[in-house]
Amino acid sequence: MLPIIGALVVLVGAAFMVLAAIGIIRMPDPYNRIQAGTKASTLGVVLALIGLGIYEIDLLPKLIVIALFVLITNPLSSHALARAAHAAGVPLADETVRDELAAARAPKVIEEETAS
Amino acid sequence: MSSRLSSQKDVGSLLANWLGLLALWIIFVGTFDTQEVIAGAVVAALVSFMATGPNPARWQVVLSPRRLFTLLAYLGYLAVAIFRANLQMAAIVLSPELAIRPGIVRVRTRLKSPLGRLVLANSITLTPGTLSVDVEGDEFFIHWINVDSEDADDATRRIVSGFEHYLEIIFG
Repeated sequence: MLPIIGALVVLVGAAFMVLAAIGIIRMPDPYNRIQAGTKASTLGVVLALIGLGIYEIDLLPKLIVIALFVLITNPLSSHALARAAHAAGVPLADETVRDELAAARAPKVIEEETAS
Repeated sequence: MSSRLSSQKDVGSLLANWLGLLALWIIFVGTFDTQEVIAGAVVAALVSFMATGPNPARWQVVLSPRRLFTLLAYLGYLAVAIFRANLQMAAIVLSPELAIRPGIVRVRTRLKSPLGRLVLANSITLTPGTLSVDVEGDEFFIHWINVDSEDADDATRRIVSGFEHYLEIIFG
């Protein structure tokens, strides 16, 4: 029974990773791609690891630790990518409603220019 | 010079790091064999000595039963939030018209501890639909895939408040 449950959990995880891949192709700009890609894949990877742990119960503690590492590091890397993209001036998609970060940054640029 | 540096190391966090690393090692080798444990203890001591610096008091977490209980409740809340939001994201990705209204909004946090803010920013990023782009003081800049509120207070309530409720108790 356990192997079947484990296999099903892995299957659900794989389905989320497929959705992440579709999201990366369909989304209009890097920020939305990060949204679709890194996060659906976080859940996908965690489910795949846990499913494998259910399938092979001896491995479960190790796989839980690995899943925790993914849960801690994945948002950090997507944050770093998004922040770097914004700092490098990667434009947001046309659909974008507003960008309060650019608004918050703009006065500083003027200050720096007048200071130099 | 080196003695000055080592005297700055915080003994409590050094010990906590060492124990945590050793526990990880034992989980990974999967045995209490004496040789393995000794090797792990030595390596964990080296790594924790190199990685632990002077520890400002504001990074420290005080453990209490209430905080541990809240932490468990928070993990459950986070798991549900991640799962529900992933389903919403799946619906967006699969819908033919790709119904998104992306934008970067500004939210405020009441959390004071830097560790609490780190966990909050990570939690916001983990729940799909919202992505922490930058943090400045008590303001978070969040890329939101479906901006459906017009003012900062409403956005704060919708994105941050659910997590904050738990994190305020855990990290103070």
